[in-house]
Amino acid sequence: MNEFLHQLVAGLATGGIYASVALALVMIYQATHHINFAQGEMAMFSTFVAWALIEAGLPYWGAFALTVVISFVLAMVIEFAVIRPMHNAPELSVVVVFIGLLVIFHSLAGWLFGYTIKQFPSPFPSNAWYGSELMSAHQVGAIVVALVMVALLFSFFAFTPVGLALRAAAQNAPSSRLVGINVGRMLMLGWGLAGAIGAVAGMMVAPVVFLDPNMMTGVLIYAFAGALIGGIDNPAGAVLGGFIVGVLENLIGTYVVGTELKLSVALVLIVGVLIVRPSGLLGRKIVTRV
Amino acid sequence: MNQSSKTNCSSPQAAIAARMASGNSAGAGLSWRWIVLLLILAVGLTFVAKGYHLFQATMVLAYAIALLGLNILTGYNGQISLGHGAFFALGAYAAAILMEHAGAPYWATIPAAGVFCLIIGYLFGRPTLKLEGLYLALATFALGVAMPQLLKYKHLEAWTGGVQGIVLAKPDAPFGLPLTQDQWLYLFALLVTLVMFVIAHNLLQSGSGRAMRAIRDHAMAAEAMGVDNRHYKSMSFGVSAAYTGVGGALSAIAVQFVSPDSFTLFLSISLLVGIVVGGVGTLWGAFFGALFIMFVPSLAEKVSKAAPWAVYGVVLIAIMFAMPGGVMGLLRKISERRSRRPD
Repeated sequence: MNEFLHQLVAGLATGGIYASVALALVMIYQATHHINFAQGEMAMFSTFVAWALIEAGLPYWGAFALTVVISFVLAMVIEFAVIRPMHNAPELSVVVVFIGLLVIFHSLAGWLFGYTIKQFPSPFPSNAWYGSELMSAHQVGAIVVALVMVALLFSFFAFTPVGLALRAAAQNAPSSRLVGINVGRMLMLGWGLAGAIGAVAGMMVAPVVFLDPNMMTGVLIYAFAGALIGGIDNPAGAVLGGFIVGVLENLIGTYVVGTELKLSVALVLIVGVLIVRPSGLLGRKIVTRV
Repeated sequence: MNQSSKTNCSSPQAAIAARMASGNSAGAGLSWRWIVLLLILAVGLTFVAKGYHLFQATMVLAYAIALLGLNILTGYNGQISLGHGAFFALGAYAAAILMEHAGAPYWATIPAAGVFCLIIGYLFGRPTLKLEGLYLALATFALGVAMPQLLKYKHLEAWTGGVQGIVLAKPDAPFGLPLTQDQWLYLFALLVTLVMFVIAHNLLQSGSGRAMRAIRDHAMAAEAMGVDNRHYKSMSFGVSAAYTGVGGALSAIAVQFVSPDSFTLFLSISLLVGIVVGGVGTLWGAFFGALFIMFVPSLAEKVSKAAPWAVYGVVLIAIMFAMPGGVMGLLRKISERRSRRPD
């Protein structure tokens, strides 16, 4: 039983990270109806930036804040310079551009920072009061950070005028323009937010999986699955989905098939769920006029 | 199609249908003169290129068949797949296992791999009918991720050879033809490619091809017109998988080796990149896409040893900026402009 609890809790901890990246994916999907396949690599790159800042002598939280700002700006620049010119291009061409971004960030990170695996510090002291035998302080911290991000985002979207404008721009761009919303700026903002969320997720995952250019590849797959299983148009659903995927992955790996096949089995289960509930657990069914 | 329209051209509908069909085929491919010229050049390459270059040419043909398969699904039927590398792997392994364990001759493994992948593709396409867009992307992605792991799975090791994979022998030229192994293999690949492209061309021009395109353009309208969506969509999956499997089998024979690590997710993504670069929903785009995925990575390495994939990514994005419709989209635009100028 204790073993089971242990696995469950460990699953929740990784689930928190998947949830954060899933949240970033949903952010961009909400704003642009694209899935950003480069999200994981952008987060990985941000984490390397944080690592370089810490190496340069900045205190952890200083580097953390600076990295979030840098990632925010970087993502906005990417939206403006790379994604916006493609707004009339076919869907698949945009997907290919995302793949291009993915390999660029992957390669750049390896080139600038090296392919050797690096330690990344955790901001949560290992002997903190909230750590216990079941769950290390970092795991608790990562979950809390994920939940805080959801709460912040929710309040941003629900209670601030800018959040309202962002939702409007995503839902109906021409009408939003007519009421005076700068849609282009909103898209940039959406990308910036996603970049910042991804950076936080990267900094939370790095102490667990160690820092190297490949660290986010698996995370992105799980986050994508989490976002879809929860409902791609629902931030809360994405977080729930992320946690579900994390727990499922851990339990299947431990009890059913072992580590070699756990990714496959988890994905097959997820696809099974989607066949029964095609719009995800919390997603809205999309009704289109013909 | 053309013959039937000749016999009953008296009715106006048939005349319109015939005109549409001929217009369609002119739009879909190049003229016969070009095809014959290209074919002569392709056969000529056998005696000009040597060793490694012939191997590269053979691989381009294998990729072209695989890309054509993905294009049948994505370009002509509108279903996205991020996991076609899995069918490429299945075809390659089917060929390798047949040659290794059943002692089958290499030429017989090509159709066998095709039929095997047709069945698997159909069986995969059937339950995923309900999924569309991103959800289908995830399901196929899962397939692409699962395949290398399955091939490594220890209970299948007796067949697949596990992580070590299977090593194959290169076939000799038959009938005592004075050709080296590389030359013969290239010619063989060229023949397979020709047959596969002719079949695809005829399929896409037929009623089935029209039904597939109708589903892509407007599934509900197609259904209302009496097109059986379920049947055509799962069949497209099957046919597409069969093509990709044939490409995989051909590549296995050319490389003389299969192992799970040759069929990673990156292959699936390369295939998708290939059809977009070549031109979605075009026959000939497959060749441009195959050239891209065969040569651009090594060219990128020549440009920058330190960060080759950054160069690759930049080239990819630049291509998408310059020609969002792929190479074929650009060619079409040029020919349209040229035909407009004299008027």
